[in-house]
Amino acid sequence: MVTPIEYSKEQIWEFLSEIPDPEIPVITIEELGVLRNVDIIDNRVIVTITPTYTGCPAMKMFEDDIIKTLHQKGIKNIEINMVFSPAWTTDWMSEEAREKLRKFGISPPIKGTADKGVLFANGPKNVPCPNCGSTNTNLKSQFGSTACKALYTCNDCLEPFDYFKCI
Amino acid sequence: MTKEEALFNYCLRLGDSSLILGQRMSEWCSNGPIIEEDIALTNIALDLIGQARTMLTYAGQLEGKGRTEDDFAYKRNEREFYNTLLSERPNGHFGDTTIRNFLHSAYYYHLFKVLSNSKDEMIAAHSVKSLKEVTYHLRHSAEWVVRLGDGTEESHQKVQKSFNDLWEYTGDLFEMNKVDELLIKEGIAVDLNDVKKEWLKTINEVLDRATLSKPEDAYMHSGRLNAIHSEYLGHLLAEMQFLPRAYPDAKW
Repeated sequence: MVTPIEYSKEQIWEFLSEIPDPEIPVITIEELGVLRNVDIIDNRVIVTITPTYTGCPAMKMFEDDIIKTLHQKGIKNIEINMVFSPAWTTDWMSEEAREKLRKFGISPPIKGTADKGVLFANGPKNVPCPNCGSTNTNLKSQFGSTACKALYTCNDCLEPFDYFKCI
Repeated sequence: MTKEEALFNYCLRLGDSSLILGQRMSEWCSNGPIIEEDIALTNIALDLIGQARTMLTYAGQLEGKGRTEDDFAYKRNEREFYNTLLSERPNGHFGDTTIRNFLHSAYYYHLFKVLSNSKDEMIAAHSVKSLKEVTYHLRHSAEWVVRLGDGTEESHQKVQKSFNDLWEYTGDLFEMNKVDELLIKEGIAVDLNDVKKEWLKTINEVLDRATLSKPEDAYMHSGRLNAIHSEYLGHLLAEMQFLPRAYPDAKW
């Protein structure tokens, strides 16, 4: 005997939209743009997500958290569908989410700088320091504490900080 | 050979090259010359292993025999791997790794750029996605090629030697066979001669800036298309596959 799903797609989307990113808990999977779609087909909830980076270890945690959240609502029949197209981009991140990142101490991605200059571009200039707001900052490394971040230092307050890379 | 069989082989080539290069890069974990490089090299490893997972999972779907990404990674022997010979070259010193990564990243960059228009939806989506990551890998390695090539006399000599030593494995990157022929006709694969032209432009641009000279084309090794490898792949697999082979289906 299969219990019918007592929630609408919109309600399920709302439950899932509250799941935080495991590494950056101030933003949710909805704000990040990982959560793409929710569908109910034949009494089965199909959640479509897209990876940020192909090797991002947080993806497995997103999946586990989605299943856990739905289980808590009594939904057992779940399918997670991973899509690769359209490819995830930081341009999907809302202004609100960018502001949350900045307050958390991560400099948010600068809009429209994705994919510019392959060789010797040396990263975006004038990345604002999330601590003091100065744009007198330096790229230390294209690769930071997670796949999605680069490492910068501020020349004014001398603090190192993470910059959320544009892709 | 059917289109599906050709595509299956094509996915193994892409997946295996990413997997083997990713495994090589992960060997740098805790061995990087400075903490930032340790993090950079292992970040690149993570991207590559992610790319391998996508392609090997897709290969399993195409084959339709229920093989998973893990089955492909852990339960195949050397002669069943279709990775580039360049990807399996040992790390050597930091300069050797830098040059290998630069040559391979430039190859992937130009390959994924054209494969982004592949008529196979999954290959196209994978290429668009991977291209974003590979762009960072290429930029990172190219900057190091310049820093080392145009650095001290010693660093210049060392990376020039790395270039000369690795050059003979670059011919293998562009070899094609019936699989390519069939898939090019279908609009799925791309002509690697075209990729090579773009690749050479990038190589020359960076070499010039780095004050290094391009090695002469001489003998080129060959193997990728027929799953023939250097002696190094077996050792790499022994380490990578040890746990799942010793403790089959172990869970943690």
